Amino acid sequence: MTTTSTGFPAAARSTAVAARATDLTKVYGSGETQVVALDGVSIDFRQAEFTAIMGPSGSGKSTLMHCVAGLDSISSGSARIGDTELTSLKDKQLTQLRRDKIGFIFQAFNLLPTLNALENITLPMDIAGRKPDKPWLDRVVETVGLADRLKHRPTELSGGQQQRVAVARALAGRPEIIFGDEPTGNLDSRSGSEILGFLRNSVHGLGQTIVMVTHDPVAASYSDRVVFLADGRIVDELSRPTADAVLDRMRNLPGAA
Amino acid sequence: MFRTALRNVLAHKARLLMTVLAVMLGVAFVSGTLVFTDTVGEAFKKSSAKSFDHVSVAIRADWSASDDENQREPLLTDALLRKAEALPGAESATGSVSGFTALADKDGKLVGDGWSTLGANHAPGSDGTDPRYDFTDGRAPESPEEIALDSRTAERTGYRTGDTVRLSVDGPVRESEVTGVFDTDDGNVAAGGSLVLFDNDTARELLGKAEEYDEITVKAAAGTSQAELKAEIGEMLPEGTEAITRDVLADEQADMITSQTKSMSDTLLYFAAIALFVGVFIIANTFTMLVAQRTRELALLRAVGASRRQVTRSVLVEALLVGLVAAVLGFGVGIGIAVGLRSLIGSLGAVIPDGPLVVSPSTPLTALVIGVVVTMIAAWLPGRRAAKVPPVAAMNSVHATPTTRGLVVRNSIGAVITAVGAAALFLGVSQQENLFMAAGAGAMLIGVIVLTPLLSRPVIAAAAPLLNGFGVAGKLARQNAVRNPRRTASTASALMIGLTLITALTVIAVSVQGAINKMAVDLLKSDYTVSMSTGNGLSPDVRETLDELPETTATSPMRNAYGEIDGGWAPLTGIDPKTIGKLLDLDFSGGSFAGLDRDGAIVDQETADAHGLKTGDTFEYTFQDDRSETLRVTGVYEGNDMVQGLFVPTAVVDPHLEEVTDYQVLVKMAGGASEGAEKTLVEALGENPAVKVQDKQATSDEVGKMINLMLNMLYGLLAMAVLIAVLGVVNTLAMSVFERKHEIGMLRAIGLDRSRVKRMVRLESVVISLFGAVLGIGLGLFMAWAAGQSISEELATYTMRIPYDRIAVFLGLAAVVGVLAAAWPARRAAKLNALEAIKAE
Repeated sequence: MTTTSTGFPAAARSTAVAARATDLTKVYGSGETQVVALDGVSIDFRQAEFTAIMGPSGSGKSTLMHCVAGLDSISSGSARIGDTELTSLKDKQLTQLRRDKIGFIFQAFNLLPTLNALENITLPMDIAGRKPDKPWLDRVVETVGLADRLKHRPTELSGGQQQRVAVARALAGRPEIIFGDEPTGNLDSRSGSEILGFLRNSVHGLGQTIVMVTHDPVAASYSDRVVFLADGRIVDELSRPTADAVLDRMRNLPGAA
Repeated sequence: MFRTALRNVLAHKARLLMTVLAVMLGVAFVSGTLVFTDTVGEAFKKSSAKSFDHVSVAIRADWSASDDENQREPLLTDALLRKAEALPGAESATGSVSGFTALADKDGKLVGDGWSTLGANHAPGSDGTDPRYDFTDGRAPESPEEIALDSRTAERTGYRTGDTVRLSVDGPVRESEVTGVFDTDDGNVAAGGSLVLFDNDTARELLGKAEEYDEITVKAAAGTSQAELKAEIGEMLPEGTEAITRDVLADEQADMITSQTKSMSDTLLYFAAIALFVGVFIIANTFTMLVAQRTRELALLRAVGASRRQVTRSVLVEALLVGLVAAVLGFGVGIGIAVGLRSLIGSLGAVIPDGPLVVSPSTPLTALVIGVVVTMIAAWLPGRRAAKVPPVAAMNSVHATPTTRGLVVRNSIGAVITAVGAAALFLGVSQQENLFMAAGAGAMLIGVIVLTPLLSRPVIAAAAPLLNGFGVAGKLARQNAVRNPRRTASTASALMIGLTLITALTVIAVSVQGAINKMAVDLLKSDYTVSMSTGNGLSPDVRETLDELPETTATSPMRNAYGEIDGGWAPLTGIDPKTIGKLLDLDFSGGSFAGLDRDGAIVDQETADAHGLKTGDTFEYTFQDDRSETLRVTGVYEGNDMVQGLFVPTAVVDPHLEEVTDYQVLVKMAGGASEGAEKTLVEALGENPAVKVQDKQATSDEVGKMINLMLNMLYGLLAMAVLIAVLGVVNTLAMSVFERKHEIGMLRAIGLDRSRVKRMVRLESVVISLFGAVLGIGLGLFMAWAAGQSISEELATYTMRIPYDRIAVFLGLAAVVGVLAAAWPARRAAKLNALEAIKAE
């Protein structure tokens, strides 16, 4: 698979950095039960790039995402979103940062069952008290193919549709960066590839920056760049991956069977 | 299965906390009531038994033997006393008299409330002392100018031996010197009343019992039993008297006290039952939620071979354990409540004799049974629902959203119950059948409880514009509130029950107060009414004195008499025809006060109708002394419960009265009512503590005070039910926050800050509380209306008055309660770590 096969013109590739981790360390617990989840990780996530973070269970891939996304605290080192250093922010400012600059897609969809699809999509803007940008919203809704499902409640939608709502929610606010935590983990392969297609299109067509944690080589193959983690360290990196290439690298990771 | 149940209870300790508290409070109310009433009853019995220490046999008039009290000869005379004393089996005999004695405190105000201030005789025996009274200071009164006071009254008023006090028994004010202070076991004093002792002769003269005693008590000599003494006395007893042994007297007293404490405990238990009923909603809610949260576990049990019955039983066993713990705690708290109640009542001025705490063996048993049974009944339906979880639910890897069961069946049942209840209520109202009304009201309350889920959507939707003002938090709160209609409904129902009762009682009380005011005050044109604090008659001198004052422009006595027209009972009031028109404003349908002359009579409509009388007709009126007068109707008016019967000039009445007394004197002042005017009247009557001078405001305040006191007591009793309902709100919110932790985590992740998460939970709480309050107030108003229909039959001036200010306060309090109940769940929600919450299971 190549980026040109989607039919979208490749967006101008900027070298600006959307998020950056520098010597990022995360330690859980203390004393004998102490676990080093991230051990001096340094990485840049460039704008308009689709990055996949891979690694075996316990490699620290989710922790890396949580730390850079301002969901978890950092033990030492630095994490930035754009020019904002996260380590100096209080909870209130972090919340505001997440609200205004970050989009999230979770494995378990995490939609509000009381809201319909459209309300779920515009929820971050409602929270911020902003009016949604109508043409943009229409475009996002059209892109994920939900135009005729907007008034439905999540319980009336299939898993794939629910995740499309979640993708639209993440895109609607035009965040600087979107983090996805196993976004296809709960989906069948057809719905999964649909979602991944949307994500890639939003990067190449709309210039969105996306960072996705996954353990599925096929999912990773939709990205521009795969970063491999093992034991809390970055051990390898792959550009323009294919599923086979990813699988190959995975086998050779330290600790892999 | 027992082990599973026990583990479950232990694992969900925190989630069961509110349930345990709810059951505990209900049980505490019940056991507190039982312990308190047992303790008080026992204390009163002990103290009354003690007051019989100096009595072996009592001689008293046998009321059943004499049919006409007024006509009978004096029986308990000094002669009888001396005969009794001379009996070989008697050591001593004492004659006692007592009656209302108004004692003024240092500010000139009446001590006590008018009924519990008594005067009695000090009757020294052969040794010069009266065994009933134990002097702690000074000596007994010996002359008409001397009195003694019981020690508690002395302490309360600050009077000491040597002080001069003002008091009044039969009208005129007396000034007496306090010669001593005493302790006594007298029942009235033990219950908080005052006792003034006079020397024997003075007491008998003042209390109007110069010729006989109220009672003669005889103490047996050493070696003579009560029965032997009673037999000796029996031989010399005059007809119309009876002798009673101490044991029988004590039993009589004990029976009376038992029946009094029983009625008190019955009343309290009613309210305890309401509190427990409210608790049922919380228990059911908790177990429903626990079962829903454990669907997978329950399915696993079923999958590995547990039968439906075993699953239900395991839930019931959990309920049993919860009920048991709550009941034990509740019993402990109940004892605390009983102790607290006793000192609370003591601090409010009422006196309960000292005594040990009495916990009868049945009390802990009752507490246990009630706690366990109520909890198990409430958990029964959720338990049955648990058994319906199919084993395959254990295998579903996807987080199964519990299917929302349709409300069609529930709504239909609710609608039928409500309709039947309403029909019974209306039937009761139209037929004046109180039984139908009560049953209808009860059925309606239950019907509305069943219908609450249906009502929750429209009512809460109506609040949307208000909530949208709070932004996204308000919007989410509203949607959360209607998300699980059953849960919202049972939470709100718990609050609704309390508010229905509170609203209905408030409306009825305020309306009754208004009705009484209307009767008592609206008809009065006079500025003051003068009466005795006991309700006894005033001497006619009082009116004379007041009439002679230059400040008064009109006065009239209100002199009661009774008699018959054509054999029909007809009360009559003697008035001064020259002034009455300025003092009383009757609703005349014909004639007026103007034509009232020597032979005239103003007749109320009811009496006029009964005897076919109209203005100008004449009729025979037969007085109590069996003599008749021919009277002419000079006016007909619409009477009510307080002003009714005939009005005739005092000149017509007086010749037929054995003793001329006025139950009231109406006074109009030159300058209207004022502090100065009142002072003038009080001073003119010699600052007599026994005489009450009231302006209209004071009269209506007196009614208002009584009704307010009653209402506040009811509020206090219903407070427990409301408190339990509030625990229910806390419980529901805490459970909801727990269930929605993923959602809340997601909201936090996408940028909802902590303060708005808190606001969201708080608003949901306020919405639920106000929903319950609105339903309760609505239903309460309706029930008050229905009850009012039957009250207005008895009380003609009754019209429903809605105290909007109080209802606004109830709503405001419901909102405050909502905010307070949300405090803890909101904090928990805000503390949720976004990361923990969104991590996939």
